[in-house]
Amino acid sequence: MSFFSFLKQNWPELSTLLRQHLSLVLISTFVAVAIGIPTGILLTRKKSLRGPVLGLANIMQTIPSLALFGFLIPLPFIGGIGARTAIVALVVYALLPIIRNTVTGIVGVDPNVREAAVAMGMTGRQILWQVELPLAMPVIITGVRVAMVIAIGVATIAAAVGAGGLGVYIFRGLRQYDNKLLLAGAVPAALMALSADFGLGLLEKHFSFAGRRKTGAGPRVKLITLGGVAIIALALLFYSGWRNSRSADPAANNDHVVVGSKDFTESVILAEIVAQMLEARGVTVERKYELGGNLPHDAMLASRLDLYPEYTGTSYTAILHHQPITDPRAVYEQVKAEYAQKFGVAVSEPLGFENTFAILIRGAEARRLKLKTISEAARYASNWRAGFGQDFMSRADGYPGFSKAYGLKFADQPREMDLSLTYIALSSGQVDLIAGNSTEGRIAALDLFQLEDDRHYFPPYEAVYLVRQDTLSGVAQLREVLAKLAHAISTEEMRQLNYEVDANKRSQAEVVREWMKRKGFDGL
Amino acid sequence: MNDSTDNPLVAFRDVSFSHASAAAPIISHLTFLVAPGETLVLLGQSGCGKTTTLKLINRLLLPDAGEVIVEGKPTTEWDPIRLRRRTGYVIQEGGLFPHFSVAENVALVPALEGWEQARIRRRVDELLSLVGLEPRDFADRYPAELSGGQRQRIGVARALAADPPLLLLDEPFGALDPLTRASLQREFATLSKSLNKTAVFVTHDVREALLLGSRIGLMQAGNLLLLETPENFLKAKNEQAMAYLETLRVSAGSIQEDAP
Repeated sequence: MSFFSFLKQNWPELSTLLRQHLSLVLISTFVAVAIGIPTGILLTRKKSLRGPVLGLANIMQTIPSLALFGFLIPLPFIGGIGARTAIVALVVYALLPIIRNTVTGIVGVDPNVREAAVAMGMTGRQILWQVELPLAMPVIITGVRVAMVIAIGVATIAAAVGAGGLGVYIFRGLRQYDNKLLLAGAVPAALMALSADFGLGLLEKHFSFAGRRKTGAGPRVKLITLGGVAIIALALLFYSGWRNSRSADPAANNDHVVVGSKDFTESVILAEIVAQMLEARGVTVERKYELGGNLPHDAMLASRLDLYPEYTGTSYTAILHHQPITDPRAVYEQVKAEYAQKFGVAVSEPLGFENTFAILIRGAEARRLKLKTISEAARYASNWRAGFGQDFMSRADGYPGFSKAYGLKFADQPREMDLSLTYIALSSGQVDLIAGNSTEGRIAALDLFQLEDDRHYFPPYEAVYLVRQDTLSGVAQLREVLAKLAHAISTEEMRQLNYEVDANKRSQAEVVREWMKRKGFDGL
Repeated sequence: MNDSTDNPLVAFRDVSFSHASAAAPIISHLTFLVAPGETLVLLGQSGCGKTTTLKLINRLLLPDAGEVIVEGKPTTEWDPIRLRRRTGYVIQEGGLFPHFSVAENVALVPALEGWEQARIRRRVDELLSLVGLEPRDFADRYPAELSGGQRQRIGVARALAADPPLLLLDEPFGALDPLTRASLQREFATLSKSLNKTAVFVTHDVREALLLGSRIGLMQAGNLLLLETPENFLKAKNEQAMAYLETLRVSAGSIQEDAP
């Protein structure tokens, strides 16, 4: 399938993502202008505030975007998951260039001109509107231009908090190693940034008085028309955004369940299974998929999410901060008890499969060296390069403990990269050992071999659903669905489901629908 | 002369002014009157306080001690906006608004005062002709398209626009080449006579002072050393005044020596 036929086929989704992206950028830029320009003006009047405010804006801009999203989610009113949080974050990033350029532009007005304005008997307000702002306008527009280009870039990360936008394609493309998806997200974002830069560049030129020659009222009328059109377009965007967000009130209402997922295929599939089964039972489901890092956990504690799929080992180590242990039953019971007590969150029965770390090497290598277990492989490690996801590198049961348990020493410091890229890096020979997921669909497809964890180092990662207790007691259908799904999915089934989505590029919804039919879960 | 000094347009009464940063006062105990219709020239070196004196009149600055009285009322009691709109102000380099056309620059104060469009247009044409610029050619141009002399003419036209009783001029012709300066000085002399405006004119050029002033105030270190008509100034025995006049003789003498 060529890139263009891919675009054609996915146009409805792509156009939605484009619209989401554009409205995120326009609304946040608009809000940042509405806050930034008056703040900048204030700073020209109160010099003592200038240092602290610009310093603060500077610091805010250095906060990594995912960290900022994580910080915003639990906050009331401005937080949560979805477009609102993304807009708040984008505004935070857009403020600095706008404030700074407003100050620079106004302070840079020729003192002779300002003195003349005062001496002619202009009031402070008249000087601001008729002299300072018009003369500072090219510089201010440069600030808006920078802010907007930043916003277009950062908005791709907004997909991690469920705000949609072109980042959805970029993240999905990275996960599925699908260049077409990646490009379908990245190219429109880049084009958007270029056209914003170009368009605002024209506007800047228009406002620059140096470029002005004998011009009558014509351009000014045109400009007012242009401004009017822009304002109307923004108002429409706001309105549609408001209409969408009205239906997105937080959870816990009786036949309304917010289902979330983490940002990888399996999590989305598991979430989609619950979602479809609930919908078959007349429950309204709101989907908040592909949330990055531990955002689903934060969102659930903030009552923005009712349910998401999780793994007992992750809860045990990453959330509850226990040292890893190897007994699956003990881990499950401990997680269940602590979640109920600490978070008011219930843990479903295990779904029947584990998604543990799978230490993988190339199949050809395994056959050549006749390797079966990690212990056997350990003696070759000094010639190998390893590549691990950020998650594996940092967590307690990840690389540090793992390498110690097996006495592993690699040729180089392991390469830290995006998890979904490690499979490709391994199969193409750029690294020789990775830590993948045991249910990854591409293990068979790329002829990778899973080494046995013969020292039982990795703790159990049984798949479960985490549900807010309030929701569970409020929605009877949810209890019924979770009972049906207990021990219902095998490792092989999960690999197959993952493979259908990741390798065969089919939609999660479709794959889930088919699987439910096979299992006889589609009826009531 | 007597009855006009009884009813001065501007009066300084024992006025002092100093900057927070500087130890020495910029103006100390300054007292003088400006009579209606006269052109008072404040002559002095840079830093002598002549520009500060000017700024005290239209309340760009307020005195630390003493009173500046304009039209019978201390500047502290004036609404600064009203006072400034009744006071024309011309500065060196013009201070024209670069984003306003010539017509818009000249129309500034009338527009602020809410005049009707037609009246403003008439007034702008009238003023441009008055300062020797053809309205049809210049009204729609922007300051960046004009020569220094033309910009300064626009500056004078802008100051005259709302027909203020008082004009303040701060070295208006200081940055111009000698020929342009000479012709603008002559035109201004004619203009101020025909319009019967009261003006306070700051300069460091004694020739300009003698040409334009009905009285000349010689300033040094924030004080008035001398306040005389041009005729008496030429006869003054004051050391500083004689030094200024000496520069005149030297340059005139050197011209004569150079002549064939």
